[in-house]
Amino acid sequence: MQIRLEPQGKQLALSGRRRVGDVLTALGIVAGTVLVIRDDELLTDDELVEDHETLEVRAVVSGGSR
Amino acid sequence: MKCRRCTSKATVQVRSHNAAYCKPCFVFVFQRGVERSIERERMFTRDERVLVAVSGGKDSLALWDVLAELGYATEGLYLGLGIGDYSGASHEKTEAFARARGLPLRVVRLEEEDAGLGVPEVASFTRRQPCAACGTMKRHYFDRAASDGGFAVLATGHNLDDEAARLLGNVLHWQLPYLAKQQPVLTPTHARFVRKVRPLYRTSEFESATYAFLRGIDYVVAECPNAHGATQLVYKSMLDRLEAVMPGTKLTFVTEFLKRAQPLFATQSDGALGECARCGMPAAGEICGFCRLVSEVDRRRAQAVAHS
Repeated sequence: MQIRLEPQGKQLALSGRRRVGDVLTALGIVAGTVLVIRDDELLTDDELVEDHETLEVRAVVSGGSR
Repeated sequence: MKCRRCTSKATVQVRSHNAAYCKPCFVFVFQRGVERSIERERMFTRDERVLVAVSGGKDSLALWDVLAELGYATEGLYLGLGIGDYSGASHEKTEAFARARGLPLRVVRLEEEDAGLGVPEVASFTRRQPCAACGTMKRHYFDRAASDGGFAVLATGHNLDDEAARLLGNVLHWQLPYLAKQQPVLTPTHARFVRKVRPLYRTSEFESATYAFLRGIDYVVAECPNAHGATQLVYKSMLDRLEAVMPGTKLTFVTEFLKRAQPLFATQSDGALGECARCGMPAAGEICGFCRLVSEVDRRRAQAVAHS
């Protein structure tokens, strides 16, 4: 599957059919810090993603005050 | 995964509440949660004019959307900070949001104001961290716009993650005066201040991003270019790791602080405020923090010219 990380705009690829939670683990992303989007729909951790599909993984963090 | 309210297929998982929701139920629960925070903390009523500080990001636009949907009397305030393309995109998205919903928006471009200074210029001349300069400047222009516009309340989109990170920073450094002021509602301490409220203080970044996405809000996803390496982001990252292992940690940290500890710090007040000799806004000393910043820029700029 193809994965686009936002806001970095970075493209990644993972092989095989996987659950969203496993995709995030493989990418080293902490749960609850991103939105996982497929075809303009949000996905929960238990959703299966097929090898040919594309995901957007969008960080939710903002801010920067000291 | 099934929706907790209607048992249809869930699209959003909210770990901190051990719950999942479908789109309509999540939107309903989010809006109801914000309304309950407003009512519980007596932030404002539907008879009061609320100025909403909007940056083009997910939190402030989600907040404005909720308040407008709930029937509050809102106007938006966008500050053009002068941060290159980032400010350009933020302004564009904020204008588009307001236009699409027919909501009134005030725009203040810092470089066109009397001081004529944007955030990057101030940060470079004073050698301060951009976020610190930005915070001082934003507070000044927010306060002035709210006061000049006759608003009862200024609402900002600070969320649970912001509050938890701020609390962690304040506790790590035992910043007693800051702990005294860390509340979702700040009562004005001067006639030129208005009530300041944070209706999203119990709402996580994940929830506000989800709400913005589900409501079709086109927000700025990019991080501010000046935020890289900011201390608050380090605290947020630490708290995210705790939250992943112990869901609900951030909410408990903030709400229990407000309930049990904050009242103990509340006696640490700044004392009476006077007026800034330059701009007339409230100040603890002869001039306010913003005018001190502007003076510093003027001085350093003059030194730079003298040395060139």
